[in-house]
Amino acid sequence: MIRVILPPRLQTLARVGREVELEVAEPVTLSAALDVLEARYPMLCGTIRHHDTRRRRPMIRFFACAEDWSHQSPEASLPDAVVSGKEPLLIVGAIAGG
Amino acid sequence: MSRVRVLVGTRKGAFILTSDGKRQQWQVEGPHFAGWEIYHMKGSPVDPDRLYAAQCSDWFGQVIQRSKDGGKTWEQPGSTPGESAVPEGHPAGESNRFVYDTSPETGAPLTEHQWYDGTPRPWEFKRVWHLEPSLTDPDKVYAGVEDAALFHTADGGETWQELAGLRGHGTGKAWQPGAGGMCLHTILLDPSDPQRIYVGISAAGAFRTDDGGKSWRPINRGLVSEYIPEPTAEVGHCVHSLTMHPSRPGVLFMQKHWDVMRSDDGGESWFEISGNLPSDFGFPIAVHTHDPDTVYVVPIKSDSEHFPPDGKLRVYRSRAGGNEWEALTEGLPQQNCYVNVLRDAMAVDTLDDCGIYFGTTGGQVYASNNSGNSWKPIVRDLPAVLSVEVQTLP
Repeated sequence: MIRVILPPRLQTLARVGREVELEVAEPVTLSAALDVLEARYPMLCGTIRHHDTRRRRPMIRFFACAEDWSHQSPEASLPDAVVSGKEPLLIVGAIAGG
Repeated sequence: MSRVRVLVGTRKGAFILTSDGKRQQWQVEGPHFAGWEIYHMKGSPVDPDRLYAAQCSDWFGQVIQRSKDGGKTWEQPGSTPGESAVPEGHPAGESNRFVYDTSPETGAPLTEHQWYDGTPRPWEFKRVWHLEPSLTDPDKVYAGVEDAALFHTADGGETWQELAGLRGHGTGKAWQPGAGGMCLHTILLDPSDPQRIYVGISAAGAFRTDDGGKSWRPINRGLVSEYIPEPTAEVGHCVHSLTMHPSRPGVLFMQKHWDVMRSDDGGESWFEISGNLPSDFGFPIAVHTHDPDTVYVVPIKSDSEHFPPDGKLRVYRSRAGGNEWEALTEGLPQQNCYVNVLRDAMAVDTLDDCGIYFGTTGGQVYASNNSGNSWKPIVRDLPAVLSVEVQTLP
C-alpha cells in the first residue's frame, strides 16, 4: 500500500481527502502509481499527465522522500520508504503566484 | 411566473444567479469549482436543467462538468467518484480528453499555425473556450477549443471527437493567436438549417459549414484588418464575437478586434455598422430577443487599453440594425470605471420585456430588465467574469 498526497484542487475533483492509499503491484514506479490512481479516480485522467503521451503536465511536480522526482524516469522504482507506505508520494502543483 | 437563471463563469469558479420574472431580487449560489477557471457554462435549450461547464487550470488542464439538476449537483460525464475504470466499453475519464483527430479516415494532419511573431507553431490543445449545446438533443454539444478547433459529443460529454474539417481545410498556416490565445470562441447553430454552423476564431476569422461540420470555408469578405499584412486577406482577422437572431439566421452581427460588422447573406459578405460608436473596439455583441434589428455592444477604448472610453461604462444599443447607436448609462458607473467586458460575457433572456446581462473583469454582473434602458448590478465583487449565459425557465 502506497500513500499519495494530492494537491487541493485534485482532492476536490476526485472528492477525496488529502491523502489516498493505493495498492500498486511491483515494481512500484511513478508510472505504475499514476496508472492505479487514474484507474481508481478516472476524473483525474489528463490532470496530472497527458492522456495519450503520458507526459507530466508542465506545472505538476512529484516529490518523494524530500527528493524531486519530477524529472526522473517514470519507470524508475520509487524509494523503499514510499513503497512500504512509510513516506508518501507527493503530487504538487508548481508554485506560480505572487 | 417564469424564472431566470444566469450562469456566470469566472477566473476562480462558477456562480449561478436566479430570480423570478421581475428580475429584481437575486439569489447567488457559488462558487462551484472554486479556484478553477470557468471559461463557459451553458444549458441545453431542450432540457434547461442539463448544464455543461468548461473548467480548466494551467496546472491541471481541462475538465468538463455536467449537471442534470440545474447546477445543484455536478459530475464529470462518465466518471463516478471512487468508481474504478471499467475494463470494457470506453475507458472512464474520457470526458476530459480533447485530442485532435489525425486519423486517415476522418482526421486532418496536425499542421502548424502562426505564433505571434509569424513563426510556425504546431497545434496544441490548451482549453475549451465555449460549449454550445445542440438545439434539439441535450446529449449533443459542440466545444470550441484553443488551439482553434471544433469538437463535439453525442453522449452528453463522456467522449469528444474533433470535426477536423475546420482545422484541416487549408488556411490554418495563416491563423495566429489573439492576445488570449488562438481560440475558437463562438459557435452559432442555425435554427433553420441543422447542417449550417458558424464559428469565430481569434485570429483567423469567421467560418461556415453547410454540411454539419464536415467541410468549412472562411466567410470574411468585407472584413478589413489593418493589423495584418494584407488587410482584406481571406483569413487572419481577429473576430471577437458573432451573434444572430434565431428568427433571421441569415443576418449575422460581428464585433471584430476593431469594427462592428453585419452580414445579410449568411456571412458571404460583411459591411461595417460602427456608425457613431465612441470606439468600435470591443468584445461581446448581442441581439434583442424580440427585435432582430436591436443590437447591443460595449465599446472599449482600444486594443491596448481594455477599458471603457472616458472611464464610463456604457452599453450601446442600435435599434436600426447598426450605424445609429445610443448610449445606455442609467445605473452603470459613469466615472472611474476601468473594467473590461469579455466576449462571452453578455447574454439576453427571452422574457417579454427582454433582459440583458453582462459581466465585467471587475467581478460585477449587471442586468437590465427593460431592454437596456436601465441597469443594476445583480452581484458585485466576484472574481473576474469570463462568461455570462442566461436561461429563461418556466
